[in-house]
Amino acid sequence: MRAFNKYATNRQQGLAPGNMKPILRNILVYGIFIGAVAAYGLLEKSTYYLQLATFVGLNTLLAVGLNMLMGYAGQISLGHAAFYGLGAYVSGMLTVHLGWSPWITLPCALFAAGAVAYIVGLPTLRLTGYYLAMGTLGFGMIVNILFREFRKFTGGPSGLPGLPELTIGSINLSHGANALFLVWGCVIVAFFICERIVNSRMGRALRAIHYSERAAAAVGVNTASAKLAIFVFAAVLAALAGFLYAHMITFISPSTFNFLASVKLVAMVVIGGMASIWGSLLGASLLTLLPDFLHIFAEYEMIVYGLILMLVMIFFPEGLFRNLVKLYERAKNR
Amino acid sequence: MPEFYQYLFSGLTNGAIYAIIALGFSMLFAATDLINFAQGEFVMIGALILVTLWPVMGLPLPLAFVLAVLATGILGIVFERLAIRTVKKPDPIVLVIITVGAGIFLRGVAMIIWGKTAKGAPPFSKMPPLEIGGAYLLAQSVWILCIVLVTVLAMHFFYSRTLTGKAMSACAINKRAASLLGIATQKMTLLAFAVSAALGGMAGVIIAPITMNEYEMGAILGLKGFCAAMLGGLGNSWGAVVGGFALGIAEAMAVGYVSSSMKDAVAFLLLLLILYVRPTGILGGKAIARF
Repeated sequence: MRAFNKYATNRQQGLAPGNMKPILRNILVYGIFIGAVAAYGLLEKSTYYLQLATFVGLNTLLAVGLNMLMGYAGQISLGHAAFYGLGAYVSGMLTVHLGWSPWITLPCALFAAGAVAYIVGLPTLRLTGYYLAMGTLGFGMIVNILFREFRKFTGGPSGLPGLPELTIGSINLSHGANALFLVWGCVIVAFFICERIVNSRMGRALRAIHYSERAAAAVGVNTASAKLAIFVFAAVLAALAGFLYAHMITFISPSTFNFLASVKLVAMVVIGGMASIWGSLLGASLLTLLPDFLHIFAEYEMIVYGLILMLVMIFFPEGLFRNLVKLYERAKNR
Repeated sequence: MPEFYQYLFSGLTNGAIYAIIALGFSMLFAATDLINFAQGEFVMIGALILVTLWPVMGLPLPLAFVLAVLATGILGIVFERLAIRTVKKPDPIVLVIITVGAGIFLRGVAMIIWGKTAKGAPPFSKMPPLEIGGAYLLAQSVWILCIVLVTVLAMHFFYSRTLTGKAMSACAINKRAASLLGIATQKMTLLAFAVSAALGGMAGVIIAPITMNEYEMGAILGLKGFCAAMLGGLGNSWGAVVGGFALGIAEAMAVGYVSSSMKDAVAFLLLLLILYVRPTGILGGKAIARF
């Protein structure tokens, strides 16, 4: 626990030129970010690469939420894919079985995931360490089994087809560059909100909990409600990603939201860098693009994926983003 | 009543498997504070090695048994030396991701070596099933129960009667104190990895005849063994055995009297229940909060 303190105290550093005012630096960073997304969306013509970039966005959304919970508050979750799935399935079932418009089911999906997170979080977040990891794992497995076994509503193991696409008037938001802009728009807003949270009283409270829950409680932080709040926040972000995924692909099945998916999300956070919002972007990009790149290894895909996970953790346990920042600073100081 | 016995037998058989996998988790955790998410993959590799050596290559069963268990044990040692000891910053979360990565890696290797098709193995002995109270107990189940019983007793003997076993218990209680007393703690860690992997391999060997053996079989077995270890109390060997049997029997009863679709949910519902009510497990002592 103590070891994380170092991460917890240094805020977003690097990336932008050193001595600029924080506000200017932020405007510059977000400007570059928005510009890059816009340029990619407008210039890239291949639907395949557009969809791949959209997936990077979805995973970034998931990773940044989980990073708030794991990296800042220090609460591990091995069942985060359950909330991703809840967002997708709640919206999917309401649109397919009741014929509701996705824009009405969006708040339902977010609320459902938030409510489930609140109810599950109450007893679960009292646990610590391996017990918390096991509790969230158990929760994730049970949700996945429910997706598989309530065939009447969820379509069972073979999945739920025929979800409507997202449209505004005649504009289809589920395809190509439009989907890319929608998802990355959500990512940018989420980044902004997360950064505000991290630098607020709430963020300081979370980092205090990460360092020592007892010490945080002793200086007046309501640790239980702060942990619960960030857990609900991460769940709602995941549900938003689930909603976007469901109506982009228009088909959902339980295997997308299983234990391995939860583990991959944790891997994105840890490989990118704990307690680093931009690290989530790096981690999500790497782990989304890697399998795609690994297709050239065909049969050896799993071996290479496993090896990369192990090697990154053995040699860069603080995450790749922090190591890149360190390299940059070393180069600058030379 | 016959169906109750039938469920009980199937519960005992599965419970014995969960118990021995849980024992592997638990003893490794006691000695190293580490949860090995690749434990299920050792089960899978044990099973596939046995299938290769015994029915396919025609080695005698006892020899194939010993070789399969030894091979997984050696794999455990290699794993510790290459992937665990080399870690620069052994935070639990980092180690967990490494073991997850190792699990995926081993699954990939197994897919290359043994292919994607499932393989079966004949039972250890061609005896007819025993009839008890109108229910049938497979000969292989008797083998499983006996082998697990012997293994558990052997582990107990190892911990309570041998110097190495006592040294390992000392490491589990307090690593620094143990090293001050002249115990080579690194060797103990290595040994814990070997024994834990070998226990997993043995679980694979004994269930090979009653399951379809393929490269993905380990994941769910590993998670169930993990649940059993938590149920009994993580780090407690007897707890692992109690947890394993409790989980196996509860699962079999749920399948029999409730619904077969809920089989996998039982393990995780029990897990949540025990976490909320008594997080230290049935036989566990102190709470564990290490990260």
